Amino acid sequence: MTTLAPILSDIWDAPRSWTLATYTEHQGYDAWRKAIHTEPAELVNAVKDSGLRGRGGAGFPTGLKWSFLPAPDGGPRYLVVNADESEPGTCKDIPLMLANPHSLIEGVAITSFAIGSNHAFIYLRGEVVHVYRRLLAAVREAREAGLLGQNILGTGYDLEVTVHAGAGAYICGEETALLDSLEGRRGQPRLKPPFPAVAGLYARPTVVNNVESIASVPTIIRNGVDWFTSMGTEKSKGHGLFSLSGHVAKPGQYEAPLGITFRELLDMAGGVRDGHSLKFWTPGGSSTPILTAEHLDVVLDYESVGAAGSMLATRALQVFDETTSVVRCVSRWTDFYQHESCGKCTPCREGTFWLKQILHRLEAGKGTESDVDLLLDVAGNIEGRSFCALGDAAATPIKSAIKYFREEFEQGVHTPAWELFPYEANAAFSGATA
Amino acid sequence: MTATTNSSSSAVAPVEEITLTIDGLDVSVPKGTLVIRAAETVGIQIPRFCDHPLLKPAGACRQCLVDIATPDREGNLRPMPKPQASCTIEATPGMVVNTQHTSAVAEKAQRGQIEFLLVNHPLDCPVCDKGGECPLQNQAMSNGSATSRFVDIKRTFPKPIKISTQILLDRDRCILCQRCTRFSAEIAGDPFIDLQGRGGGAPGGHGHGLPAQQIGRFDEAILEYTPSGDQGPVESERTGDVVGPYGQAGVLSSVAGSIGGALEDTSGRPFASYFSGNTIQICPVGALTSAAYRFRSRPFDLVSTASIAEHDACGSAIRIDHRRGVVLRRLAGDDPAVNEEWITDKDRFAFAWQTSSDVLTAPLVRDEETGELVPTSWSEAIGLAADGLRRAGDGAGAAALPGGRLTLEDAYAWSKFTRTVLGTNDIDFRARVHSAEEADFLANRVAGSGLDVTFGDLERAPRVLLVGLEPEEEAGTVFLRLRKGMLAGRVQVTTIAPLATRGSTKLRAELVRTAPGEEPSVLDALAGVTGTPEHLADLRAALAEPGTVVLAGERLAGVPGALSALDRLVSAAGARFAWVPRRAGDRGAVEVGLLPGLLPGGRPTAEAEARVDVASVWGVSELPAAPGRDLTGILDAATAGEIDALVVGGIDLEDLPSPAQAEVALAAAGFVVQLEVRRSAVTQHADIVLPIAPTTHKSGTFLNWEGRPRPFGQVFTTSALTDARVLGMLADAVGVDLGTRTLEDIHRELAEFDGWEGPRTAAPAVEATPVPALDAGQVRLATWRLMLDSGRGQDGEPHLAGTAYRPVALLSPATAATLGLAEGDRVRVTGPDGDIVLPVLPTPMGDDVVWLPQHSPGSSVHRTLGATAGAAVRLTAVDAEVAR
Ligand SMILES: Cc1cc2nc3c(=O)[nH]c(=O)nc-3n(C[C@H](O)[C@H](O)[C@H](O)COP(=O)(O)O)c2cc1C
Ligand code: SF4
Ligand code: SF4
Ligand code: FES
Repeated sequence: MTTLAPILSDIWDAPRSWTLATYTEHQGYDAWRKAIHTEPAELVNAVKDSGLRGRGGAGFPTGLKWSFLPAPDGGPRYLVVNADESEPGTCKDIPLMLANPHSLIEGVAITSFAIGSNHAFIYLRGEVVHVYRRLLAAVREAREAGLLGQNILGTGYDLEVTVHAGAGAYICGEETALLDSLEGRRGQPRLKPPFPAVAGLYARPTVVNNVESIASVPTIIRNGVDWFTSMGTEKSKGHGLFSLSGHVAKPGQYEAPLGITFRELLDMAGGVRDGHSLKFWTPGGSSTPILTAEHLDVVLDYESVGAAGSMLATRALQVFDETTSVVRCVSRWTDFYQHESCGKCTPCREGTFWLKQILHRLEAGKGTESDVDLLLDVAGNIEGRSFCALGDAAATPIKSAIKYFREEFEQGVHTPAWELFPYEANAAFSGATA
Repeated sequence: MTATTNSSSSAVAPVEEITLTIDGLDVSVPKGTLVIRAAETVGIQIPRFCDHPLLKPAGACRQCLVDIATPDREGNLRPMPKPQASCTIEATPGMVVNTQHTSAVAEKAQRGQIEFLLVNHPLDCPVCDKGGECPLQNQAMSNGSATSRFVDIKRTFPKPIKISTQILLDRDRCILCQRCTRFSAEIAGDPFIDLQGRGGGAPGGHGHGLPAQQIGRFDEAILEYTPSGDQGPVESERTGDVVGPYGQAGVLSSVAGSIGGALEDTSGRPFASYFSGNTIQICPVGALTSAAYRFRSRPFDLVSTASIAEHDACGSAIRIDHRRGVVLRRLAGDDPAVNEEWITDKDRFAFAWQTSSDVLTAPLVRDEETGELVPTSWSEAIGLAADGLRRAGDGAGAAALPGGRLTLEDAYAWSKFTRTVLGTNDIDFRARVHSAEEADFLANRVAGSGLDVTFGDLERAPRVLLVGLEPEEEAGTVFLRLRKGMLAGRVQVTTIAPLATRGSTKLRAELVRTAPGEEPSVLDALAGVTGTPEHLADLRAALAEPGTVVLAGERLAGVPGALSALDRLVSAAGARFAWVPRRAGDRGAVEVGLLPGLLPGGRPTAEAEARVDVASVWGVSELPAAPGRDLTGILDAATAGEIDALVVGGIDLEDLPSPAQAEVALAAAGFVVQLEVRRSAVTQHADIVLPIAPTTHKSGTFLNWEGRPRPFGQVFTTSALTDARVLGMLADAVGVDLGTRTLEDIHRELAEFDGWEGPRTAAPAVEATPVPALDAGQVRLATWRLMLDSGRGQDGEPHLAGTAYRPVALLSPATAATLGLAEGDRVRVTGPDGDIVLPVLPTPMGDDVVWLPQHSPGSSVHRTLGATAGAAVRLTAVDAEVAR
């Protein structure tokens, strides 16, 4: 039986948890005080040894990514924190930065020091103005306390932290589009290689990491690699935020070691809302193939979720009960991808434009006999053919939903989804509408 | 005269070859080759849209997907999990590529992309300019499905957007390959269009909640920045030049209506580019069209003839597309050594002059009674001309002003005709500001120098110094090559000029700010002839590094001492040198001796040995030995009655240092024979007018600035004659066989002038005249020609004219402030003969200089001011009342 492991979320319930005072009361910046007197290479090795994997979706080993930076050449190098969190269902970084921005700032300081950067950027999704204010305040507090800025803690190390509010485009969470956007250009993914580690922000070596990845660094330094590796599974070490949303009794953030099962998490969250049963769920946001009740015991680590045909990604567990029309759900997701497609490449731009219209037809019960196969074929012509992973993500819900619920799509040839699944019954909160 | 290359810098380090397999064929290519290119080498064409060999890979259209496997460390083939864009992936050793021909996955992937591209593509093909030569159409046929599975609603846009007066965009046809925007940003450096909006937008034409990704100029209405963003069709522009069916003003061109007004950029030009036409050519669909050609023809009705552009000295390869004797459009030819695949908008769009209503079709003679020019037969015209010239020969003699637009062959005929028929060295091709110093410089440095500095060198030279030359305005292809080299991090451009132009800014050129007239002192300082001031010391050292190339333009001739100083600098720095003139025939004219002191092949007229040499090739006993006069000398002599007859070629009086002086001279000359394509200001003074074939109606060779022969063939069959033929007839009539009947005859003779070992004209050593002090209220005049201006070669092309710079006077902010002038206010520039009034654009430059476009609408500097560059002129603010 796995239990919760509140580490990042440890002090979220403390009074005024977002202040430097509260953070320092709870050993805040101890790790930074220790790290700044440590060899940078040692820090990189510690994070490598911890097995920390990127929490932004792809799960790439964080320490390994840092070690890809070329040797210093005297020019600038940058850390860019990806705080663009826009994936449907994903809602962990924003609460983290809201409740305890200093845990991120401390991670930024340690990481920047480890990779030899004197200027770090936090690229924040533009709509979350309240988080923007918290981050700005936290940076100011840290600077005033001598934890950032010039000659930090008397060591001669300088670090500027710039918090940048984006304009609210999902594609700007893709790391290279993010860099272009940060440079003031149009947010569209770049051709790789060169990878950001070699030519990233302003064509200089750059590390891009997710908020949660960076915020996990201080405790690794403070408590040691062994402490971190004592949690998790063989290849998925440590702890992570699991965000439960949808038709659950107690939605919210559940921080636990990787390797917990969905059944355990669902129990902690009080199960599916009263009187209803689980129909399908996403393990890591709308871009991960959906799973069903038969996958309740899948171990939530990168490997096991992969083996079950999906992806752990951002651990955004969206729960849908039996009142949900899967066609309607996929149709809304597709609306999202169509709206957010940056337009750079043909399959994603045109494919989602087409998918959206087919799905709207099916949702309205006006589909044609060939529409389900057409959906699969169109999704297949997008997936693995697009320039970046957004296109793949757009195809994912369609393919997985048809895999498990094909008959529901076929009903779209004659019956509107709202007749099969009255939308009022589906609303998680009374008064909510489509 | 064959071109020889003494260029050594073209040696490129050998690139490692790698071998891979494509569709089962072994292919060896240089390391770094993209898979799509590697496939081309064995004749495998992978379909593509965004890929263009001269643009950086984008990987945007996803049409070129192929299956790829690469060997791992142990040599086991590892297939990549998904098909890869072959336009973005470099071939690696042992790679195994399977294209649509051998991989079902690749075939399906490609079919899928074509289907996607057609989802939102209109069925416009029957009325689209591109239909018949459209990569999308072709690939839809070869790699697409015959039927469509798309039954939903397409994205539509109002059509077209007028990006400039010349370029129109039908956004619904655009497949967003971004070739046009990449060209504009990467090659031309004019990001006058860019991507805007995001994603696929919404079905239908209205209520795009978020504007769909599209190409566009910055337009507030389209971007929905303004609430009045009404995208409905707008009334077509109307013009009184043509009359509509009910007598109302007709529609200007066939443009169906456009939206949004052209915004002008701060340099005073509409948001446009001198190279914008290239985007039309590389657009893989018919999204970009030109106002001039739109709806004019179907590609399959056109006949294409390769040719060479006549508008500058670059000798760019072009393709002339014509139908039933009418040129409908011109495209860039593909010549990697010269213009690669790009041409200027002038080379592309300015061809209407060849068919304008003032084109001469029959010889004209002046009626003795009425004084009017009347058409006559060739035999009568030639006979009368010969009589006149014979009379002049018996009197004070005749002189020749052939102009700078001749083919090498025609120029040669002029040279020979002048010496053997007119019996004089009074000949000068320069129909512009010129000097004896320049003639010596050209004779010494340029004539007979063969092919030295090439376009390729401009891409590789570590440093290029520009003196009196604005490549973007005067030689567009030179500009593009310099920019390419600069962007590749190889070339540093330095320019000696009064101000940093938009062109030099795009070259990221280092500016040595130099007021007109001060060039000699700067050049001497750089050569170390005089002391080198601190701020030029680094540059002096840099110029002395090996590989420096110095490019000089024709303007330097107007500054006494400048070319002498330049000669000293080139020698001192050990630099390579090229002269980049403005006209297609300028370099050829120097080679064949259309200068008073020069015979063909760099032979000085003054050298008896050279005269004997040339006389023997020409089969005459002797050549005139008396030194000849240059253009100004000839005009002065004609005015003074010291010359009786003038034989005038294609010259435009507006280009001359003093059009007024020229008119007086032409009026005074007893007998004027004009050889011209079109009626001109010279015609009214001519006694005999002999029509000459426009370039489409003849064949010949332009020698470009490099000295590279650029032969072109005839487009139309015609009875029109070349200069060489007409001069030959004239010679016959006075009993001389000019021997220039055919191009072969001419080339056979020209070849005999290769390799002159005898003495050459000495380099000029003219003292710079001290720059005269300015009186209070006076400034110095800087001026040069812009690419698009009032030049007659651009006549009849209003859409092109609309993309020219808005004529402005450039002043320093301080000078403007002193006069109380803000941007856009008008300034009066007063010269000896008159005033020019233009809006002011404050620009970083010297406080004692004003710049005017030399020959643009409202600013004909030589004629109106009676002054040339370097002159002192007076500035006054135009009274606000009058201005508004
Ligand atoms: C369309 C798209 C959106 C993305 N959005 C985010 C995001 O909002 N936050 C994030 O951390 N990573 C996002 N990613 C993943 C990033 O590209 C990148 O992998 C990640 O920031 C790396 O950080 P990590 O190694 O710490 O996970 C997105 C990727 C794609 C393709
Ligand atoms: S898949 Fe293509 S269109 Fe979609 S977001 Fe990525 S680059 Fe843009
Ligand atoms: S206008 Fe033409 S060249 Fe430009 S993006 Fe569209 S299809 Fe490509
Ligand atoms: S040609 Fe390769 S992606 Fe467009």
